[in-house]
Amino acid sequence: MAIFLTDQSKVIVQGMTGSEGTKHTGRMLKSGTNIVGGVNPKKAGTKVEIEGVSLPVFATVAEAMEATGADVSVIFVPPKFAKDAVIEAIDAGIDLAVVITEGIPVHDSAYFWAHAVAKGEGPVTPGAPRTPRTRIIGPNCPGLISPGKSNAGIIPADITGPGKIGLVSKSGTLTYQMMYELRDIGFSSAVGIGGDPIIGTTHIDALEAFEQDPETELIVMIGEIGGDAEERAAAYIKDNVTKPVVGYVAGFTAPEGKTMGHAGAIVSGSAGTAQAKKEALEAAGVKVGKTPSETAALARELFQAGN
Amino acid sequence: MDLYEYQAKDLFAAHGVPVLPGDVADTPEKARAIAEELGSTVVIKAQVKTGGRGKAGGVKLADNADDAQAKAEGILGLDIKGHITRKVLVTVASDIAEEYYFSFLLDRANRTFLAMASAEGGMDIEQLAVERPEALAKIPVNAIEGVDLAKAQEIVAAAKIPAVVAEQAADVIVKLWEAFVGEDATLVEVNPLVRDPQDKIIALDGKVTLDENAGFRHPAHADLVDQEAEDPLEAAAKAKDLNYVKLDGEVGIIGNGAGLVMSTLDVVAYAGEKHNGVKPANFLDIGGGASAEVMANGLHIILNDPAVKSVFVNVFGGITACDAVANGIVAALEILGDEATKPLVVRLDGNNVDEGRRILAEANHPLVTVVDTMDNAADKAAELAAAGV
Repeated sequence: MAIFLTDQSKVIVQGMTGSEGTKHTGRMLKSGTNIVGGVNPKKAGTKVEIEGVSLPVFATVAEAMEATGADVSVIFVPPKFAKDAVIEAIDAGIDLAVVITEGIPVHDSAYFWAHAVAKGEGPVTPGAPRTPRTRIIGPNCPGLISPGKSNAGIIPADITGPGKIGLVSKSGTLTYQMMYELRDIGFSSAVGIGGDPIIGTTHIDALEAFEQDPETELIVMIGEIGGDAEERAAAYIKDNVTKPVVGYVAGFTAPEGKTMGHAGAIVSGSAGTAQAKKEALEAAGVKVGKTPSETAALARELFQAGN
Repeated sequence: MDLYEYQAKDLFAAHGVPVLPGDVADTPEKARAIAEELGSTVVIKAQVKTGGRGKAGGVKLADNADDAQAKAEGILGLDIKGHITRKVLVTVASDIAEEYYFSFLLDRANRTFLAMASAEGGMDIEQLAVERPEALAKIPVNAIEGVDLAKAQEIVAAAKIPAVVAEQAADVIVKLWEAFVGEDATLVEVNPLVRDPQDKIIALDGKVTLDENAGFRHPAHADLVDQEAEDPLEAAAKAKDLNYVKLDGEVGIIGNGAGLVMSTLDVVAYAGEKHNGVKPANFLDIGGGASAEVMANGLHIILNDPAVKSVFVNVFGGITACDAVANGIVAALEILGDEATKPLVVRLDGNNVDEGRRILAEANHPLVTVVDTMDNAADKAAELAAAGV
């Protein structure tokens, strides 16, 4: 199984012909991702050779989907054009849009999220939850990997292989670090949801999917300062997650009012502190590590106890 | 980027939001000249990016130009919660009949925007939210639909703003929405929004946060940066496109990825507890591709911080292989030459780590210690910093 991304996924790349797009398309191909084409209106109709694979370039996401049956798009389009690229993917009705681009204005992210919801399914009554047609991961994220099956984004595929841990994280390098620390066990899927204030897929969305995924036996959740996503995830875990969850929160020593790299990573007054997040998670029965290595040790211990 | 009150009000005025006339001064003489021109009782307000100015003596009334000069003299240079007052806003003093609260902000949980409004303004809004949550209206705003007059009227009604000014308030809210969207703000707050004795609505104080990611749409926003108030090391880092935040500590930190660097700060702070209480000196994320040049730029900034006694380079080789990072460190130390005087603890893991460690071992630089794990490296860096303090 794995979540969101499987060996059946057919992936296109928006921005494939740019330098980042080309580089990472090559890496994704090497890690076994079934990449079926790219999108660039200026180069539509041509073919691009990457890693020995000849990939067709389409004018639009809709054309690419029609020609290839693609159901996943990885977006490397620069910030200025990212909003339009995501909206195009939503309008084409793609299942999963993975937005790698860093530096997208938050008004643009809010807009494409509202657009995804407007195109979604469910009641239109104000306040009622509505499922977007397209799952968006990111922006400003490393994407996701289901090791041995598919890799959509920039997570290095050679850190570890398939296994029974599910990982969800706001941070790219902490994702890699945690995969490395637990490389002997392996992962069902690792999802980097991104460090922006508005993101398409949250900790809760990933927790829900991991809970339902038969391949996942243990969940590791990595958070950081800013907002209250971890607190909300803690409340969700308490009521809905039966699998063991281990947590880590970065930024205990971050000062108030300073943005620590990620646009969303800022402590405002008493809100968004790492301490509050840790306490909320612990109150929900989540074991929280003080450092990445302690977190990995807790995960290993729980995993071995269950096997 | 947070704006000063006077910048927020300039921005309000540009979008048609009513504010009182006034201007900003960085000397008592200029404050006097502004007061003379305004020709009425004025209020002198310290321009600092923190709350609690009034309690700290940073807001004073002045009856005339002489008084304005004297009051400005007292306020300029004032330390308000660690913020030194470099400018004052001199503005017409307003009579207030009633104070309201209004803001547009990001609602992270619902991935949309939120309007918050209350007929009970002037006080700390976090306190109001806790003590009298029923008095604070929270209305979600859809990013596509935005705020038209009808939506603004809904907000005004929910906030129970009196009928006599309801129409005006709704009009102001529409203009504030235009400012919020038009300037790519993540926060627009008016506290208080006042009704004066003539039943006129005025934005008396304002707080605005602009989204730096949207800078490409707003070249003029760059002028709003207060270079004087910026930390010189932060300014130098920004000029080199480095993501750097100055902190109060002794262990310089370089890492790749915001999350890993935040985590590194924590691990160093824990290690410091065993070593004289040394702390991280900065946040510096050199990003995914750690080229020799970026590494040299990063080390240059950190080594120029006199508080730094040791440096911890913590890199996980993901996209960039560890051998490239190791070559970057070696080349950076060559570029820096005599400037590199403080011990460097390096921890590499991940992609091509053996080759990376081999390169560093071969270079055998007297300042560099390679440690295998993040925790042990943090301990070593803290120990070296404590020894050098």
